[in-house]
Amino acid sequence: MIDELLYFLELFFGGLTRGSIYALIALGYTLVYGIIELINFAHGEIYMIGAFTALIVAGVLGIYGFPAVAILVIASLAAVIWAAAYGFTVEKVAYKPLRGASRLSPLISAIGMSIFLQNYVILAQTSDFVPFPQLLPDLPFLEHIGYIMGPSDFIILVTSTLTMVSLTLFIRYSRMGKAMRATAQNRTMALLLGIDANKVISLTFIIGSGLAAIGGVLIASHMGQVNFAIGFLAGLKAFTAAVLGGIGSVPGAMVGGIVLGLCESFTTGYFSGDYEDVLAFGMLVLILIFRPDGILGKAKVQKV
Amino acid sequence: MLELRDVDTYYGTIQALRNVSLSIGDGEIVTLIGANGAGKSTTLMTICGILHPRHGEVLLDGEPIHTLPPNAIVRRGISQVPEGRLIFPDMTVQENLDLGAFLRTDEAGIRQDMEYVFSLFPILAERRRQTGGTLSGGEQQMLAISRALMGRPRILLLDEPSLGLAPIIISQIFEIIRKVNENGVTVFLVEQNANQALRIAHRGYVMENGRIVMEDSADKLLSSPQVRRAYLGM
Ligand SMILES: Nc1ncnc2c1ncn2[C@@H]1O[C@H](COP(=O)(O)OP(=O)(O)OP(=O)(O)O)[C@@H](O)[C@H]1O
Ligand SMILES: [Mg+2]
Repeated sequence: MIDELLYFLELFFGGLTRGSIYALIALGYTLVYGIIELINFAHGEIYMIGAFTALIVAGVLGIYGFPAVAILVIASLAAVIWAAAYGFTVEKVAYKPLRGASRLSPLISAIGMSIFLQNYVILAQTSDFVPFPQLLPDLPFLEHIGYIMGPSDFIILVTSTLTMVSLTLFIRYSRMGKAMRATAQNRTMALLLGIDANKVISLTFIIGSGLAAIGGVLIASHMGQVNFAIGFLAGLKAFTAAVLGGIGSVPGAMVGGIVLGLCESFTTGYFSGDYEDVLAFGMLVLILIFRPDGILGKAKVQKV
Repeated sequence: MLELRDVDTYYGTIQALRNVSLSIGDGEIVTLIGANGAGKSTTLMTICGILHPRHGEVLLDGEPIHTLPPNAIVRRGISQVPEGRLIFPDMTVQENLDLGAFLRTDEAGIRQDMEYVFSLFPILAERRRQTGGTLSGGEQQMLAISRALMGRPRILLLDEPSLGLAPIIISQIFEIIRKVNENGVTVFLVEQNANQALRIAHRGYVMENGRIVMEDSADKLLSSPQVRRAYLGM
């Protein structure tokens, strides 16, 4: 009985951990979609580039003998900044020139960008799996519950929660956060109030990419290895999470990520790990058919 | 202070404005009347930089502004209350108003203007924490006007503010427009409700199929047989 409960808790926290990473990445999809109604298929690659950046920076700092915590902080910051620069550039290069074109064009451009970034990483780095240094510290106070929640689970949960709370506060209370919401709700009106839509769009890509990089560093430390393709599957799963929660909805992406993580964890734990990916994409198909607005999304109703 | 000279505006290959010239003087209320599809909203969007004219120019105090982006035009003191009000439905009344002052940094002035719009429309103060989408049509129009005023414009452009409102609310809104003008704001008022518009305006233009076809003082237009037949249903 106790064993069963512990096993349940282990799966629960494992699902939360996994889900919070999905949520971090899903936020990038949902923010961008909310502003320009584009599915940024290159987003998973930004997450992968974040992880690689942290790997490289951590490697260099390791050589110079920096303490682990300093390496973790500096490598994460570098990953966030570098990934944000990529996200910013991707928008300028691949999407901005296509604004005003049919909706299919930027979508194709996004897929092209995704393939380009993967191959670029293969050429610049390697196509093999690379071991990722153990950056996350041991947390002694977790020792007696280590069976249900390890230190990396704990750090991932805390970091992603703090990140999501900050994002929510930013969107709700800051000047640019309000400008983002205004642009998402009515672009023309936002322009009429003097909001620079280009700035808002760039900022959206920067924030989404930074969040994905945080997810990348956390999961790479957790898994212990990265390669050029990790963004593909993670990106698709996070996209599923965003759709599940209601694409365009910020709390939706968070809820969708957690729900997907929990579902995967419980199916793997109680049935079999073989169906993990099938589950996610089966869910995606079912949501798209039966509830395309997702859990928290809503059909757009506007009073005129 | 604001002048359009020979403006042609297109939507792709469709020409919506043909050779439009008009001018709005400091402190005036000028109205633009015309039937559906005449090009009235297009005129306002061209002034605000959402659309750019293919030919001709828009001048503010003699300076061309038609190549500027919308934010630069707002910064120069032009605010629009667009057709359909375009309230941000998921944001509170307060947030909608905050966004009206998006480009401003004078905290004290913003607070003062907030008091001012709440004095014009006390109902908005009561509804502060309600989301825009839950307001009635009349309240949304009040909010849209207040939001534009939060930019402390020199020129206020209004696109059919009476659309879909009950007569009593319309009178109230026109009264406020007059008041705002008396406080020194120049008003350019687009209307299909020619009767009401011409009663508060100093001058008016009549637009048909993208062209200005008449221009005169408001009194003369009100008594013109052509206008009476076409726009006043008499
Ligand atoms: N986005 C658009 N794309 C193509 N044509 C447009 C667009 N918007 C307006 N038009 C066309 O331009 C012309 C002028 O439209 P506009 O909206 O300026 O008229 P209006 O005078 O404001 O009419 P209403 O009183 O109905 O608001 C119309 O023929 C309209 O069909
Ligand atoms: Mg119109």
